Amino acid sequence: MSSYSEPLVQSTTPPVSGAADAPSARPASKGRRRAATTDAPAHRKRSLWARIKRDRMMLLLIAPGFLYFVVFHWLPLPGNIVAFEDYQPYLGFIDSAWVGFDNFVKIFADPTFWQALRNTLVITGLQLVLFFPIPIVLALLLNSIMSNRIRKFVQSVVYLPHFLGWVIIVSIFGQVLGATGVVPHLMEALGMKPFQAMTTPWFFPFLVSIQSAWKDAGWGTIIFLAALMNIDQELYEAAAVDGAGPWQRMKTITIPGIMPVIILLLILNLGSILSVGFEQIVLQRDNVGAGAGEVLDTWVYYHGIQNGQWGPAAAVGLVKGVVGLALVLGANKVAHLFGQEGVYSSGK
Amino acid sequence: MPRTRRKNRSVESARPAWMEKPSRLGITGKAVVVTLICVATIYPFLTVLSTSLSDSTDIANANGLVLFPLHPTFAAYETIFSGGIVTAALVRSMLITVIGTLCSLAATVGMAYGLSRRDLAFGKIILLTALFTMLFTPGIIPSFLMVKQLGLLGSYAALVLPTLISAFNLVVVRSFFMGLPQELFEAARIDGAGDFRILVKIVLPLSKGVLAVVGLFYAVAYWNAFFNAMLYLNSDQWPLSMILRQYVLLGSPLDTASVGEISAPSQAIQMAVVVISVIPILLVYPFLQKYFTKGVLTGAVKG
Repeated sequence: MSSYSEPLVQSTTPPVSGAADAPSARPASKGRRRAATTDAPAHRKRSLWARIKRDRMMLLLIAPGFLYFVVFHWLPLPGNIVAFEDYQPYLGFIDSAWVGFDNFVKIFADPTFWQALRNTLVITGLQLVLFFPIPIVLALLLNSIMSNRIRKFVQSVVYLPHFLGWVIIVSIFGQVLGATGVVPHLMEALGMKPFQAMTTPWFFPFLVSIQSAWKDAGWGTIIFLAALMNIDQELYEAAAVDGAGPWQRMKTITIPGIMPVIILLLILNLGSILSVGFEQIVLQRDNVGAGAGEVLDTWVYYHGIQNGQWGPAAAVGLVKGVVGLALVLGANKVAHLFGQEGVYSSGK
Repeated sequence: MPRTRRKNRSVESARPAWMEKPSRLGITGKAVVVTLICVATIYPFLTVLSTSLSDSTDIANANGLVLFPLHPTFAAYETIFSGGIVTAALVRSMLITVIGTLCSLAATVGMAYGLSRRDLAFGKIILLTALFTMLFTPGIIPSFLMVKQLGLLGSYAALVLPTLISAFNLVVVRSFFMGLPQELFEAARIDGAGDFRILVKIVLPLSKGVLAVVGLFYAVAYWNAFFNAMLYLNSDQWPLSMILRQYVLLGSPLDTASVGEISAPSQAIQMAVVVISVIPILLVYPFLQKYFTKGVLTGAVKG
């Protein structure tokens, strides 16, 4: 069965264009011979119906997963119609009154919405500017450790927090930075006024950024380390022989070598600029009050699910989703313009 | 066999001949930074652990911050395990994790295996249906309403079904299957084996590594699951993560009715709950770690 024995490209499929999987042309004689000897001839000659019949077990195995994606990712999409309705749960989608863009007018006139938007942008902006470079620097540092054993040890340590849930992380931070934690104790010992990091509103964006960095900076190095490993080592040797020092080598070889990955992650981050980890924020929002702690996702949760303002909450969710998608696509386009690969160019 | 330190170094240190010898200052600086990073990561765990092992005099003397318990005691753990809500939540979390992981693995493997056939009927559209979901989310409200419409509110299925498959894991498993030597399948097919038989007899035994790592990722996610529990479950169904939130973060008092006999300071009990939530992750971590240093996943990160 020639269609199964193609040399396989050991690459994964980028989200959009990779599914093409067009089988390469193969010698027709081979296909014909197989067709004659086995019950499955080359697929080009197969009708769709014959393939369905052949693949029935495969399709059966796919069914639960396919159903999952349809039911929990695609079918809810029309549910966004709630954003245009005065939705009442007991009336349902169909019978709830259609109000057009009233919900959008309402939220744009609501100062708490703007507050939540501002908080979201402050937090994601801070994370992008101050904390995006941390994994890159950390990866360069790890990469420069010559001893394998030490590097592996440090890697195991810094990857660990990624696997802890936000409840655990916030609990641990409360223990370290909270009223009885080590940081206030230290500050007191140094003669300073103890700083309540967990409950000071202006500090909240820094707090959640520090938590994110603690959790994911180590994990974030993986992709950069992979990129660093892909750089041709002979480039370094040639540069060194030509007299380039360590800094020059980093500037001319290392940084350009990992630039595509940096751009890729920047794009992904830009796309999620309206999303801050919901779990992380909802666990701490009440420590600092809604003024500093409300973000778009928690706004949706508290207004919609907690207070039953389904329409406005869905409207905020929809705005966020559409803007987010537009940002990813737009940023990807910009990356292409700059000659970078972007998220789904599939050119490689 | 004991090896000398010097010998070890020369084996390990792979500094190429062309690279200049690092300066003493550079090495020291690097060592200091790396040590600081490790301490900043590990220290919080230690303070949580030592608080959980403290008695009330330790906590009172140290004004809340226990660096090292002078009178170590397991009273907090005894209190937790003496029955009551924490014990029940622990059992619930374990069941959810085990059952959820099995369901997720089964669904992921089935779908990945089907999609690993290059000319599958409807293959392209099925794959795109799954992969596009990486680009957008339906939003909190529509997702919530969907779960509600399906009648899953207050059901444990609401913790598993809405997060059954991660598209990322699907891609990882599928590309692994596609990389298996196809001659094996052909041989089996000529011998008369059907697709399902090939999956069970050939593909799965060859995929233990990738299944282990994907399964562990699912397990960790279910263990940590909090958002869905908060949205969909009643308070008498809470898993450990919600108990943590209620009693550690929101500081609801743990009364006798909720934990059984109380014989430990509340701060120690709170930290003991944190420790218990962390331990399963620490237990599986070495296995996880073994795989991602091998690069099972890194190859799949970028297409």
